[in-house]
Amino acid sequence: MTAKMTMAQAINSALRDAMTADDSVVVFGEDVGPLGGVFRVTEGLTSDFGEDRCFDTPLAESGIVGMAAGMAMNGMRPVVEMQFDAFAYPAFEQVVSHVAKFGNRTRGTLRLPMVIRIPYAGGIGGVEHHCDSSEAYYAHTAGLTVVAPANNTDAYALLRAAIESPDPVVYLEPKRHYFSNDEVDLAAADSTIGRAAVARKGRDATLIAYGPSVPVALAAAEEAATEGRDLGVVDLRSIVPFDDDTVCEQVKHTGRAVVVAEAPGFASVASEVAARVTEHCFHYLEAPVRRVTGFDIPYPAPKLEHFHLPDTARILDAVDELQWEEQL
Amino acid sequence: MSIDQLDAAVATVRVLDEAGELVDGTERPDSTALLAGYRQLVHGRRLNEQAGALVRQGRLAVYPSSRGQEACQVACATALSEGDWLFPTYRDAVAIAARGVDPVDVLSMLKGDWHCGYDPARHRVAPQATPLATQLLHAVGVAHAARLKGEDTVVMALCGDGATSEGDFHEACNFAAVFASPVVFFVQNNKYAISVPLARQSVAPSLASKAVGYGMPGVRVDGNDLGALSTVLGEAVERARRGCGPTLVEADTYRVEAHTNADDATRYRTTDEVDEWAGRDPLTRVSAYLRGVGALDDDIEAEFAADADRMAARVREGLGVDVAPDPDELFAHVYATPTQQLVQQRAALQGEFDVEEA
Repeated sequence: MTAKMTMAQAINSALRDAMTADDSVVVFGEDVGPLGGVFRVTEGLTSDFGEDRCFDTPLAESGIVGMAAGMAMNGMRPVVEMQFDAFAYPAFEQVVSHVAKFGNRTRGTLRLPMVIRIPYAGGIGGVEHHCDSSEAYYAHTAGLTVVAPANNTDAYALLRAAIESPDPVVYLEPKRHYFSNDEVDLAAADSTIGRAAVARKGRDATLIAYGPSVPVALAAAEEAATEGRDLGVVDLRSIVPFDDDTVCEQVKHTGRAVVVAEAPGFASVASEVAARVTEHCFHYLEAPVRRVTGFDIPYPAPKLEHFHLPDTARILDAVDELQWEEQL
Repeated sequence: MSIDQLDAAVATVRVLDEAGELVDGTERPDSTALLAGYRQLVHGRRLNEQAGALVRQGRLAVYPSSRGQEACQVACATALSEGDWLFPTYRDAVAIAARGVDPVDVLSMLKGDWHCGYDPARHRVAPQATPLATQLLHAVGVAHAARLKGEDTVVMALCGDGATSEGDFHEACNFAAVFASPVVFFVQNNKYAISVPLARQSVAPSLASKAVGYGMPGVRVDGNDLGALSTVLGEAVERARRGCGPTLVEADTYRVEAHTNADDATRYRTTDEVDEWAGRDPLTRVSAYLRGVGALDDDIEAEFAADADRMAARVREGLGVDVAPDPDELFAHVYATPTQQLVQQRAALQGEFDVEEA
């Protein structure tokens, strides 16, 4: 059964279906109640499931995440919304010191099955504090699962899997795609966390991306095809756990790799991917792994963001530099 | 005095004075309950002493003592019913033991075996929190979940005076009040956050008076008076259980020992001040009162002391056993199922052992 829907609607469907399937799933945060969230992701949940299942909280992110941790200790499966990426930082201590570590601290006797939804990354002309790519903070923290869907089907499937996970999951929503329409097959949605997807097969080089950078990588591959170069695209989907097997299989096949991500490149997820690929695939590589990332700067003001964000030209320039001349 | 009266936040509730005399106008405490509490006080004091000795012997890495605060420790644990939850801090080992957790399992964390030595779900006692005030939000979450599930669970959330400066203290009080969560916030105001005195944390009329800003009752109680603590905490627990929401209780007490064995309290406070508070000891006033009403004599006192000595002997024995750490545990609990990367890292570590053995 396929249906045309936006990513916001796909996420909403996942919340609805999870809440219907399991009474212990509760949704809360700022403006998620009667308003339905600033991006309308939780639209209709309060009216359909009642105020005990989807509710607004005081405006305090540490409070939201800390309370969710407590509810998870007592048998609930909370799904909380941080309104924007940079507004999640007040909750950082709760996430890092407790949410991530509680299962380990208690030798697995008290795990916290909870989901922290974070609209993240840029491309919407947002003012400061509304466009951060904060995934590296979470990916660096052992105990967290970190996922970032790039299309509407994965948005649905990964959220269902995140809610069912026994571990806490940071679910990063590429906000610039909230209103992208797409055919979604909810029944066929593969809900595996920890598995990357081969979004496009290619012979010449592999682009590795996640979240909002996947459509950019796919567009770059499309453009390269018109120039006679066959690029594959791996969509990580799951940053933690990381799918070394799928990534390395593709890179070993092509011998060339470019990692694409919006976040500043220094000490980033892109850097980790490049390092892993280099360690695991060194003997298959025809050229050093390249990274195309945001600059090492605070997220720019709206009129400057297009300079910062990786685009197809910058990706293709990096591909051009993968030592093709030595192949001749 | 009712805890719903506003001046309860500034006046200090007392039942027994420092000499063990009943304070004028208060109801006589139940001698049987008070005697049971006294037995727990004796055990708590003995546990504080034993843990301190184990640090000096090198068996424990560190121990934050609650000496002088034993009445708070016992009262908050005994105010709870079986299904209730306790959220303790690192200084609340005595409260956890009073709740029924084996003191060996409480202290094994300080021996370095693991981050938490008991099963929090089974005992309904959260792991001891080392960051300040963060656990108060977890307490609110447990309480809110209980309310949603229709259970009559009450959650006792502990913190100290220093933690009231943290943002999470504010957020927890506010969330609990807004959601009418069944939580009792119990602040042991022991006057110091390591070296920093109360005056640098707050100039509010009292810490309990902060409750006014959240729209919940606040009560200040003599923290060395087991009778007063039991009355106030008991009422706050029952109030929460009835669905009347949270209460903020501040205990006026004192940290008689240094922050931990690694701290030198003579650098920031006078011995006169310590001596003055030692004269308000929570054990002596209960014992004086109980002897005055004929509920305690030398024989019972000797029996309690012998009981406490047996507990201390078990603690020495339990913590004297060295269990070899299992390196597999480094990786086993991080996720419900270890990631592929953790499996590889575990194998790599095992490889190091294999090389050593060869």
